[in-house]
Amino acid sequence: MAAVAERPARPSTEAARSDTVTFRVWRGDASAGEYREYTVALDEGMVVLDVIHRIQATQAGDLAVRWNCKAGKCGSCSAEINGKPRLMCMTRMDTFERGQVITVSPIKTFPLIRDLVTDVSFNFERAKEVPAFKPKAPDPDGKRRMHQEDVDRVQEFHKCIECFLCQNVCHVIRDHEDNKQHFAGPRLFVRLAALEMHPLDTNDRRELLKARAGLGYCNITKCCTEVCPEHIHITDNAIIPLKERVVTEFYDPVAWLARKLTGRDRRRGIVE
Amino acid sequence: MRVAPHRTERPDRWWLEPLITVVVLGGFVLYTTWAMVFGTSHFYADPYLSPFYSPCITRLCPADTLPYVPWAYSPAWLIFWAPLAFRLTCYYYRKAYYRSFFWTPPACAVPDAAHRYRGETRFPFVIQNLHRYAFWVALIVVAFLWIDAVKAFHFATGWGVGLGSIVLLLNAGLLTLYSFSCHSCRHLCGGLFDVLSRHGLRYRVWRFVSRWNEHHMAIAWTSLVFVAFSDVYVRLVSASVIADPRWLF
Repeated sequence: MAAVAERPARPSTEAARSDTVTFRVWRGDASAGEYREYTVALDEGMVVLDVIHRIQATQAGDLAVRWNCKAGKCGSCSAEINGKPRLMCMTRMDTFERGQVITVSPIKTFPLIRDLVTDVSFNFERAKEVPAFKPKAPDPDGKRRMHQEDVDRVQEFHKCIECFLCQNVCHVIRDHEDNKQHFAGPRLFVRLAALEMHPLDTNDRRELLKARAGLGYCNITKCCTEVCPEHIHITDNAIIPLKERVVTEFYDPVAWLARKLTGRDRRRGIVE
Repeated sequence: MRVAPHRTERPDRWWLEPLITVVVLGGFVLYTTWAMVFGTSHFYADPYLSPFYSPCITRLCPADTLPYVPWAYSPAWLIFWAPLAFRLTCYYYRKAYYRSFFWTPPACAVPDAAHRYRGETRFPFVIQNLHRYAFWVALIVVAFLWIDAVKAFHFATGWGVGLGSIVLLLNAGLLTLYSFSCHSCRHLCGGLFDVLSRHGLRYRVWRFVSRWNEHHMAIAWTSLVFVAFSDVYVRLVSASVIADPRWLF
C-alpha cells in the first residue's frame, strides 16, 4: 500500500495574517460626513472589498457598501480608491505599497445615500430617453440575418456591466453639476453606439446625440476609457465614431450638399 | 450632497503626464515658430528641403517644388496652417492639450480648472468638428512630402542615398501613418456603415486603418518629434555644421 504523504498543518487564520492595513473610509450621509480610519489584519490575496467587509465585520457594523458578485461582473462595488474610480472587488491589495494608508470614498458624481453607497438613478433616467432597438423588416423567409463582421463592432459595447465608473470620472458632469441636464455621459454613449451601429436597427439617434445627449460636451479626454473595468474602448470605438456621424449629419457642408443633390437622407427624422 | 468632487484624493504623480505634454508640445510650438520666422536661411540643403517648408511655393524658394507665388516673407507661412489644423483638430491631440493646457481635466478624477464648461458645443471648439477637412488638406501636404523624399535621392551628380534622404523618407512615412491612422479617416474608410459586410473592400480598409488607429497616439508623438528632427537635420547640413554622409550611384 502506497504511503500517503502527510499534509502540512494548515496555518490558523490568525497565524496567516502577516500584516495589517489602514483604510480611510468615508462615513456619512447626505447631510454630513468625514473620513474615519480603520486598521485591520490583511491576508494574502485580499481585494479592497474584502478589507471593507472585514472592517464591517469587526469595527463598523453599520458601514454601508453596495456589492453583489465579487467577480467584477455586476458593477455594484464602484468606489474611489486613492482617488481613482475602480471596482473594489477587482482591486488587489498587493498592488499598494505596504504601510500606505488607502483612502476609499464613494463615487463623487452622484448624490450620496450613505457611506460608500450613492444614488445612481441619473443613469437609468437618462437611459429611458434612448429610443429602443427597432429592427428592419425580415427577409422573405421571415428571418433576420446579420454577418459576423457587422456585429463584431457592437459586441464590444455589450460587455458593459453598468458600474458607472465612466459616468463618475467624466469631468463634464463630475465637475459641472449643471451639465447633467444636457449631457448623457459615456455609458449612454456606449449604449447609443451599440444601437446606432447595429446592422439591423432602423432608428436614427443622431439628433438625440447632438441635442439631448450632448455629445458635443465630450472633449475626448479618455478618462472613461481609462477606468472601464471591461476595457471597452469607449472613446475610440463609441464616442468618436458617434461624433463623426453627428458631424456628417449636422456640420459637414459637403455631406449636406450631397444629401440635397442625391435626395439620400438616410433614416432621417425617425427619432421620437 | 456629493462628496467633495472639487478636490482629488489621488496621491500619485498625476501632474507628470500633463507636465511632459506641456514641455514637449510647447517646445515643439516654440521651435517651429522660430524655424518659420527666423530660420529662413537654412531650410534647404540641396536636395533636402525641410518639411516645415514643404511644399515651397514662393518665387524666391531655392527648392523648385511650386515656385509660383510672389511672396517676400518666409515660405513656411503660406503652408504651415495645413498641418497645424490637422494636428490641432486631431482627436488625440485634443485629449493632450485639453488636459495639459486647459486643465479640463488635468488628469482623471482631478477637478477641472474651469468653473463653467461647454465642451465642443460653442465657438471656437465647435470647429473641431471639421477635422475631416483638415485630414484631406493634410493628405495634400503628405503627397508633397513624398515628392520631396524622392527628390532627396537625386543629387547634382545623379541618384544616390544620403542620410538626409533616409531622414526625409522616414519623415514622409511617419506622417503618412499619422494621417491614415486618424479617426476621421477610419470613419470615412468604412466606419460610417452599419452593414460593413456589404462593403467588402471598404470593410477591409476600415479594419486595416482601425489596427493602426489603436497606435494613433504613439504615431502622433513619433511623427511630431521626427518632423522637428528632420528640420534640424536639414539646417545642420545647410549650415555646414555636419556633413551629410552620401553614397552616390
